[in-house]
Amino acid sequence: MFTNFKRILTFAINDFSRNKGMSIAAIFVLSITIMLVTGLFFFQGVTGYLTSQIKDKIDITAYFKDGTSEQDILNVRDEILTMSPNIKNIEYVSKDQALSSFNDKHKDNPVLARALQEVGSNPFLPSLNITTNGEPSQYASVANILQTSDFSKLIDKVDLAQKKDTIEKIYSITSNITLFGILLGVILIIVAMLVVFNTIKLVIENSKEEISTMRTVGASDWFIRGPFVIQGIIYGVVAFLICILLSAVIAYFLSPKVAVVLPGFDMFDYFLTNWWIFVLIQLGFGMVMGAISAIIVVKKHLEV
Amino acid sequence: MIKFNNVTKIYSPGIIVLQNISFEIKEGEFVSIVGKSGAGKTTLVRLIMGLETPNYGDVYFEDINLGDADASKIQKIRRRIGGIHQDYKLLPKKTVYENVAYIMQVEGKNNEEIKKEVPKVLDIIGLKDKIDNFPDELSGGEQQRLAIARALVNHPDIIIADEPTGNLDPYNSYEVISLLQKMNQAGKTVILATHDREIINKLGKRVITIENGKILRDEEAGRFII
Repeated sequence: MFTNFKRILTFAINDFSRNKGMSIAAIFVLSITIMLVTGLFFFQGVTGYLTSQIKDKIDITAYFKDGTSEQDILNVRDEILTMSPNIKNIEYVSKDQALSSFNDKHKDNPVLARALQEVGSNPFLPSLNITTNGEPSQYASVANILQTSDFSKLIDKVDLAQKKDTIEKIYSITSNITLFGILLGVILIIVAMLVVFNTIKLVIENSKEEISTMRTVGASDWFIRGPFVIQGIIYGVVAFLICILLSAVIAYFLSPKVAVVLPGFDMFDYFLTNWWIFVLIQLGFGMVMGAISAIIVVKKHLEV
Repeated sequence: MIKFNNVTKIYSPGIIVLQNISFEIKEGEFVSIVGKSGAGKTTLVRLIMGLETPNYGDVYFEDINLGDADASKIQKIRRRIGGIHQDYKLLPKKTVYENVAYIMQVEGKNNEEIKKEVPKVLDIIGLKDKIDNFPDELSGGEQQRLAIARALVNHPDIIIADEPTGNLDPYNSYEVISLLQKMNQAGKTVILATHDREIINKLGKRVITIENGKILRDEEAGRFII
């Protein structure tokens, strides 16, 4: 069995090297399709970053009654964190921080500055800005906790009602972006699989007379099929090596340009952090598609 | 050794290639199957090799009904047959050496035996100097000699030659037929499918004549008469 496997491997390597034109063409097409699938993964990274940035901007604010102590507010914060698993972040904003933030935001507006002086004291209330994992129902659930639990007597108001429509709109947009990404991904992966299958099919069709001769002389199905499957795998591995290098280079050089459009998103860092997924996708797609395509096409010729 | 029992082969509605064919070929016989082009000779050869199955009737190789045999049995039977074809059926991406070695590898022979046998066989057929050439670098006669070497290297029980001289000049044709005769004299069963009148008449062996898919005549020491 080992001898047979060695022979099959030798046949595959010989066929690969003696059919240079076909092999190069097959590797080229495989590389393009693997890069397409890789591009999808980068796209998923970008959309994921975008949607999380958008969701992070959404929050509800619980305003506490004037005079509530900082310690009480921090206790409420700790309690909310234990009561709701969907909470991503709670930020405490004191009266002074609220005033300072207002002044910074409107420093070019003397009318507002004068109005504040007229009031005399700091009109702002201490608050907790609460961000959840995104779904509108989670904000409603948090608002409900704030309004019905023991510490609700400390709370002046929760601004969910004003923000509800905005939250729902934003969630709808981000969901649609994600869904679009998934649909596009599925379609492109199917297209990529068909392209790879047809490329391997063309390579093997070129050898159909050979397959017929091998059948005639009594070679077993796997003795015939084996070299083609291994050739398909070799195409996949070579295409992977080309693509992983290309992906790294493209990510490195595009990263600063992407950061201009999406500040905070480092494409090269995304590639390095997820390098094992890139390897899995590229190597897996290339090798698996190469092998499966070969098995299917040769099977057809073995049945003739 | 080979038995056809009321075999009918139909390729599509209206195209009956062989009709109610029955005959038997014993071990060690030299049988020529003759007929015009399209008579059904090649189909008959393909049925013997299990490359086709009959629509009606049975084909037996020894006691094995080829219609009922599984793929593994049929592959084993094909390894016992040395096939020589008009279009040579060589493996174009393998060298002369590799084409002959392939048959022994299919049989599972070890590398030492292959390294010993293949150069010997190539020397006998006069292709020792072209061991690293590919089939498309050989002449027609050399390609057919390579096909013969491949057919004989595993010492098959039966040799089937389907129009082996179809693409050859008279000199090479004579050599091929002489070789088949030698194989038969050495005890091998030989089945020769041809439409070459001269070869048949010179051989003086059993002749099965096929016309329009039916056996016209089956004669020991037959002649080419259509």
